[in-house]
Amino acid sequence: MRDPKVVCAGGFILLLIVVAIAAPWVAPKDPLAQNLLMTTTPPAGFPDAEPGFLLGTDGLGRDVLSRVIYGARVSLTVAFVAAGLACLIGSLLGLLAGFLGELVDALISRLVDVWMAFPPVLLSILLIAVIGTGLHSVITAIVVIDWTRFCRVVRTETKSQAQMDYVVAARTIGFSRPAILFREILPNVVPVLIALLTLEMGIAVVVEAILSFVGLSVSSDTPTWGGMIAEGRQIVHEAWWVLAAPLAALFATVVAFNQLGDGLARSLDPVLRR
Amino acid sequence: MLIAIVVNRVAMALITLAGVAVVVFVLLRVVPGDPVAMMISPGAGPADIAALKAHYGLDAPLLTQFWIWIRGIVAGDFGTSITLHLYVTEVLASRLPATLELAILALLVAVALGGGIAVAGTLMRRTAGETAIDGLNSIMLAVPDFIWALALVLIFAVALPVLPLTGRIDPDLAQGFATRFYLAESIVTGRFAVAGNILSHMAMPTLALALPLAAVIVRLLKQSLKEAMVQDYVLLARIKGFRELRLVLQEALRNAVGPTIALTGVQFTFLVGGTVIVERIFAYPGIGNLAIDAVINRDFPLIQGLVLLFGLIFILINIAVDLTVATLNPRLRHG
Repeated sequence: MRDPKVVCAGGFILLLIVVAIAAPWVAPKDPLAQNLLMTTTPPAGFPDAEPGFLLGTDGLGRDVLSRVIYGARVSLTVAFVAAGLACLIGSLLGLLAGFLGELVDALISRLVDVWMAFPPVLLSILLIAVIGTGLHSVITAIVVIDWTRFCRVVRTETKSQAQMDYVVAARTIGFSRPAILFREILPNVVPVLIALLTLEMGIAVVVEAILSFVGLSVSSDTPTWGGMIAEGRQIVHEAWWVLAAPLAALFATVVAFNQLGDGLARSLDPVLRR
Repeated sequence: MLIAIVVNRVAMALITLAGVAVVVFVLLRVVPGDPVAMMISPGAGPADIAALKAHYGLDAPLLTQFWIWIRGIVAGDFGTSITLHLYVTEVLASRLPATLELAILALLVAVALGGGIAVAGTLMRRTAGETAIDGLNSIMLAVPDFIWALALVLIFAVALPVLPLTGRIDPDLAQGFATRFYLAESIVTGRFAVAGNILSHMAMPTLALALPLAAVIVRLLKQSLKEAMVQDYVLLARIKGFRELRLVLQEALRNAVGPTIALTGVQFTFLVGGTVIVERIFAYPGIGNLAIDAVINRDFPLIQGLVLLFGLIFILINIAVDLTVATLNPRLRHG
């Protein structure tokens, strides 16, 4: 756990969570307040910068810093809810497949194979076309596409744990099957699961950004990083900071989730730890 | 043996495609949104709506619609795009070459870049150079094409404005082409100035797609190369007095490259998937950009055609990968 990677990345994400929750108090301005007399003013330190707008203003004179802070709310909501649900569904099916014997295993494994044969891009295009746009659609799309990642890993892990002596012992003592599955096997699968969940959060943040970039996520009056990036992309020659600020936030968040996941996988794995 | 693999894979591919077709059809018919409601003008009455529905065959029973659709597909007719008022096959055929050129160029760049860095890292093993490559690569592995594309925009279109931001070719040069494969055609016909212009347009989207794949190649190939470098046959070659670079390129690479080729093939499907968003960012006129418009406009015939086309591309890539791996692996080749 003393891996500097884990400490730095974890610290950053913790800070981001605090800032997102405390957005109304942390953000210097109202993220929706337009000021058409002060559009595209550059960040502090550049010529013509306006005092009070640390990262400048966008095409409608809104404060970029405040919008980036509020945008973290959507990103983190999707990261936790979508990745959490995918993890829950995937690992439950994985546990069952790994523990309930041949028939259930064969059924679930075939389902995962067929599911994974469908490329994620196609599936998300189809899903969004079918269920429409909005935050719930984004979350649904991520869960529907990515539960298989968890299912695969948890199934393999459960199968190998089920062969271990402690499970055989629990069976001999006469523990019930649910008790063996949830009290004996599950705790030993959790370390792998945590690392996988962290990596999935990074993926979810990017997917949300992409979908709000193309206008298929939350409505445009909620500040999102993807939405800001889309706006910044349009006026990149006049005001590069409108694109650069949310992009930097997205980059840092994605790298942090990834490094945290990698570090956790390393430090939670008893074999790698040694 | 190879023929058996081909037959087997093609059969599997056809079954998968049929499955995809059914799924797409059913999903798009059960949706709550009404595509016709979106294309009529506000003043239209119920009679106009019914007429429009009949025009697109949307008023028939579901099973009849499916039958008409399947019959059409077999005959090469995917219907008419609701928004573009053109045959879906026509639209796809005019847009596909742009995406194919982009994806293949990105694959080549990724292989060259990833392979080059992996070899350099192997030559520098156990030095500060390798630590630097590993550290940088662990961050590169986390960054998706979407973020690369926008970072490249900031670098090469704003900070150092040297590359064109959008499109495939300067509009005044986009004339006199016999095919839609602009890059390939301009190179073959020796119009190198035009090819240069196309390449300058393709540079940013290509890099954005290539960099994540290059990072994956670096990690796996460098690992395999390092393992190969301590094998007896490399030691023997070293004793014979071969130089380090030759040891890596001639002895280790040949034996270490197998897993990387298999992985690159799988990852290439992700690269093709990435064209959707990258084409969007650079307003590049391929099928990826088209797919987003089709979803936003709920252009169902076009979405169906696009999904099947993407499905076909993914299947073809998988078959190509299987065949390449089988050809390269003597154990598989001889059954």
